[in-house]
Amino acid sequence: MSATTPVIRLSGVHKTYAQDGVEVHALRGIDLTVAAGEFVAIMGASGSGKSTLMHILGCLDVPGQGDYWLNGQAVRRLDSDALAAIRNREIGFVFQNFNLLARTSAVDNVEMPLVYAGVDKAERQRRARAELERMGLGERLAHHPSQLSGGQQQRVALARALVTRPALLLADEPTGNLDSATSREILALFAELNQRDGLTIVLITHEPDIAAHAGRQLHMHDGRLEH
Amino acid sequence: MIWTTALQLAVRALWRNKVRALLTALGVIIGVGSVITMLAVGAGAQERIARQLENLGSNNLMLRSGSSLRGGVRTGAGSNTSLTRADAEAIRALPGVLAVSPTVRTGAQALYRGSNWGTIVEGVTPDYLKTRSWGLESGEFFSERQVAAAVDVCVLGRTVVRELFGLVDPVGEIVILKGLACRVIGVLSEKGAGNWGNDQDDIILAPLTTVQRKFMGISHVDRIEVQAAGKAAAASAYKEIQRLLRARHRLQEGQANDFRIYNRAELASSAEESASVFAWLLGSIASVSLLVGGIGIMNIMLVSVTERTREIGIRMALGARRRDILWQFLLEALVLSGIGGLVGVALGIAAALLLGSFSEFEIRIVPWSVALAFSFAAMIGVFFGLHPARKASSLQPIEALRYE
Ligand SMILES: Nc1ncnc2c1ncn2[C@@H]1O[C@H](COP(=O)(O)OP(=O)(O)OP(=O)(O)O)[C@@H](O)[C@H]1O
Ligand SMILES: [Mg+2]
Repeated sequence: MSATTPVIRLSGVHKTYAQDGVEVHALRGIDLTVAAGEFVAIMGASGSGKSTLMHILGCLDVPGQGDYWLNGQAVRRLDSDALAAIRNREIGFVFQNFNLLARTSAVDNVEMPLVYAGVDKAERQRRARAELERMGLGERLAHHPSQLSGGQQQRVALARALVTRPALLLADEPTGNLDSATSREILALFAELNQRDGLTIVLITHEPDIAAHAGRQLHMHDGRLEH
Repeated sequence: MIWTTALQLAVRALWRNKVRALLTALGVIIGVGSVITMLAVGAGAQERIARQLENLGSNNLMLRSGSSLRGGVRTGAGSNTSLTRADAEAIRALPGVLAVSPTVRTGAQALYRGSNWGTIVEGVTPDYLKTRSWGLESGEFFSERQVAAAVDVCVLGRTVVRELFGLVDPVGEIVILKGLACRVIGVLSEKGAGNWGNDQDDIILAPLTTVQRKFMGISHVDRIEVQAAGKAAAASAYKEIQRLLRARHRLQEGQANDFRIYNRAELASSAEESASVFAWLLGSIASVSLLVGGIGIMNIMLVSVTERTREIGIRMALGARRRDILWQFLLEALVLSGIGGLVGVALGIAAALLLGSFSEFEIRIVPWSVALAFSFAAMIGVFFGLHPARKASSLQPIEALRYE
């Protein structure tokens, strides 16, 4: 990857949902470029299309129209296996509701992406532990999600997103379910990852003081980005 | 994904719903178990019938003096005196006939020193042992010459020996039969119970002529047993004998036979046929329960896929490919049916053995039935697991994640 290749490049992306015969234009022509090492915050009213955009960025969904290049690769041309590999290795995703597997220990949750990367058991365990320790959860390895606080759960989710060493971290309202003190802790982690490790981060939030931490703020309104 | 990891994942997922997994596997366990048990019962019955037929001599024909019209009165089989030893000798000359054994029977009280025992005395010729596939335990059998001379000798069945002699060797001893002193020259080997539970060893054999003349005062015979060279020979002898005897008895065209003839080969094949129908019937009833077990697996896997849609979404978001998800659910179904199959095999064998020791059923566990039931269970796992697994793997990541 040359220094000039952006991590993310979107051009004229549209997304339309058909719901009971009614068309909902969630995205109406998005152009966006994010360079390596950037920390971008996206804000906007509820229903403005932020999550829809994030799902496309995370290769969980595909654009209706327009193109998406991830690290210079045209996503449109990729089959489902290639998309799975990208989700596995190049992108880390953090959700508002954590999306951890219930009745599964923190280590097993964090180790899951490595299972699909074909890493062997011992190495998986070692890396999952190391990642959890880095998130300050060294004492909670065997805990199940139901035995962890919201902030701890989100840190497990963050460890899981980062365990495969992706270059891009996508976070959809990662602090939406957390109190303000815990939110600040999580956010401090994000800032540290961006500054120290050079991780590219795109983050959705409703709170302006959180967005203020980011290097660049974007506002979404009715399916369009306002720079 | 690595195989061992996938298997671990499947086992762990099943372990999380232990009771449900157990109940689902129970369907397969019962199915496989009952297939094995039922086939064991069926095979046991088949074997028992085959052995009984072998005892009878399956290439045998049996002739009895039969009913004929006598002044308008039809008398029962055996009440007529049409068959003679000469008929038997004529039959012996037919092609394809190996042995001919004319017999007469009468009841008699046998005396030896202080003891006595009521039994049956059968008058026979040396061919008798051949047609009944019987042998001697000790001593010897009487010869054609002894039959011709109506010598007073006899051969004892095991039961008679036990009742009259106890531990004494009877060969060479004298037994009194209807006032006649007969020398014991041999002992028959043990034959066991007959087809109708009768004790076949409770018998005394004596030369045909001796029994006819000295005990019964008759010149006809009750039965003639004919052993043919094979099934085909038995079938042609069946026709030949009728033609021969009708000629010998001077029966007119249109007049009924004065004897009855039974083809044991025919009886044998129809008995064998009904035994195998019985076996397959049992097997197929049991297969239905195996099928129901398979449907149980599909049901649970479908519920599981719906219930775990979010999990599928999360796994896909983290890099699981479609085939990883497919294998995850297929493996769960396979582990269920595989473990169910193994436990079912063990339980089926145990149940068959138990049934064999506590009931009248004869049990024969056939290795191929075990292999069949187990592979049928595994196939059911694949077949009924594939649909839910496909359903799971065809989900879009984002749709699965959003699923409530
Ligand atoms: N699967 C779907 N089917 C139909 N309509 C959808 C679907 N997903 C989203 N939408 C619609 O698309 C629009 C954008 O939704 P989206 O979830 O992207 O908004 P958002 O900006 O993330 O809102 P919030 O801040 O509340 O999370 C909304 O009007 C929503 O109703
Ligand atoms: Mg949203």
